[in-house]
Amino acid sequence: MPMVPLHRIAHSRAGDKGNRLNLSLMPYDPAHYPLIAAQVTEARVLELFRHRGATACTRYELPLIHAFNFVVENALEGGVNGALNLDGHGKTQSFRLLALTVELP
Amino acid sequence: MNPHGMSLFRIGNGAGFSGDRLDAPIPVLRALIAAGGPAAMFFETLAERTIALAQLERRRDAEAGYEPMLERLLAPILRDAAAHRIPLLGNWGAANPPAAARAVARLAMAQGLPGLRIGLVEGDDVTALVAAGNLAPHEADVGLEMGQWNLVAANAYLGAEPLAEALARGADVVVAGRTSDPALAIAPLMHHFGWAADDWAALAVGATAGHLLECGSQVTGGVFWDPGFKDIPDPANIGFPIAEVTAEGGLVITKPAGTGGLVDLRTVKEQLLYELHDPAAYLTPDVVLDITGVTLAQQGPDRVAVAGMRGHPRPATLKATACFEGSWLGEGEVSLAGPNALARARATADVLLERLRIRGLGVLRARVDLIGLGAVHDSDQGALWRGHAGAEPEEIRVRLAVEATSRDDADQASREVLALLCCGAAGTGGARLRVSPRILTRSHLVPREAVPTRVTVLPAREIA
Repeated sequence: MPMVPLHRIAHSRAGDKGNRLNLSLMPYDPAHYPLIAAQVTEARVLELFRHRGATACTRYELPLIHAFNFVVENALEGGVNGALNLDGHGKTQSFRLLALTVELP
Repeated sequence: MNPHGMSLFRIGNGAGFSGDRLDAPIPVLRALIAAGGPAAMFFETLAERTIALAQLERRRDAEAGYEPMLERLLAPILRDAAAHRIPLLGNWGAANPPAAARAVARLAMAQGLPGLRIGLVEGDDVTALVAAGNLAPHEADVGLEMGQWNLVAANAYLGAEPLAEALARGADVVVAGRTSDPALAIAPLMHHFGWAADDWAALAVGATAGHLLECGSQVTGGVFWDPGFKDIPDPANIGFPIAEVTAEGGLVITKPAGTGGLVDLRTVKEQLLYELHDPAAYLTPDVVLDITGVTLAQQGPDRVAVAGMRGHPRPATLKATACFEGSWLGEGEVSLAGPNALARARATADVLLERLRIRGLGVLRARVDLIGLGAVHDSDQGALWRGHAGAEPEEIRVRLAVEATSRDDADQASREVLALLCCGAAGTGGARLRVSPRILTRSHLVPREAVPTRVTVLPAREIA
């Protein structure tokens, strides 16, 4: 059962609105869609941003295009106009998600 | 319904943000001209943050506060676009649409186009409404208090209707301030196909086209390429996108031949979900877009068909963003490298925070980043670098950032980083300091009837 980072099997893009972060997540191979659905849960994604004060995570599923959309509340330490961090937009956060590991069958 | 009798309309995008590649619009216009059918181009240059900075510019200079690259974007394409009746639309008016219209008029006169018709869309400024204090905050910003800061300006996101009106009155160039991004693509489609403002199915197609194109190259390979994993051809010359829309609601995303980048299922998926929250309800001023039924199909090289989007009645309110000023951002950075760099960097961070305490400066919030240890993923408290147990990096850049109540306090705080050149850890170097005004934003909901718009269309010779 090899553990691999999501980056090996999926791609992602981060977007923002205010202090809210969204992360898309798409497997390259549609066959990996159920594996991601089972392993990349709202709780695991929220945990990635807890240290920044994130309070909630919602996962939306788009099975027709084999995509997920994670919306994480209060993950941007104030967002583009409020944050002191270097990346107020949170554009680099897609690669924090892609570093999360999943177990391949 | 198709009053112009032409069933395919092309929309090109020439900019996805203020700061985008200035040579990008040229191949897009060339492709639209080569295709020969009816077309328009739009430029999205006004992010949440951009308008705040523009408002400060306007306060400094009454003729400033519009997109600073406006003339550079338009100069190479204005004459050809006008000659081929390809209208150019943009929210490049930013905080000062009338001044932007005058700048376009001056450019047209200089290029021998005195009859170029310039449409000016005004009415997005809702500063007085926000100042009066009776607008509800947007759901994402409930509880965000701005009591101690000064309101600079507030602007509502306008929909496509006033932009379409400018086109109906013969505008070759449409200058707007704050609009929704998709509205810039919906407007020429409304005008060309004669879409009604409550034709939700048609508007959903337009909103999808606009959403996919609004960030320029982001649907053709920009912020997508990842060497060895997601390679694209010629990332130094990414072609900006073109949408082909049919009277029946067909939508294909493509790009100019002979440019870099690519359009495939992966690039379209990434942009489809970009800055989206609930995929069943993407709110725009013109339509509520539902993409949960969307399907994608690669039709050939750099051609992806998008189908299945649904539209629901537009929201009763418009979103408005208010900008506040008051506090200052002070930043300073130094580098450390070689043996024991991590311990020296950690100690430097703690010394900087201790210095802020000793000085008693008017600092509201302070943060230290250890760049090289995942700083962009870290927190204000430095949870990641404080807990870092991995390998020691070869080099670390220490960054202090403070929010201060005055420019002087921000400056004094950043100078504590400079002082490390003599007082700091062994081998401290490469100091850089910066002090800048901070703009805070809060979004509100505004009743549509409180935002009357005004459209003026005049030839360049009467404006310049």
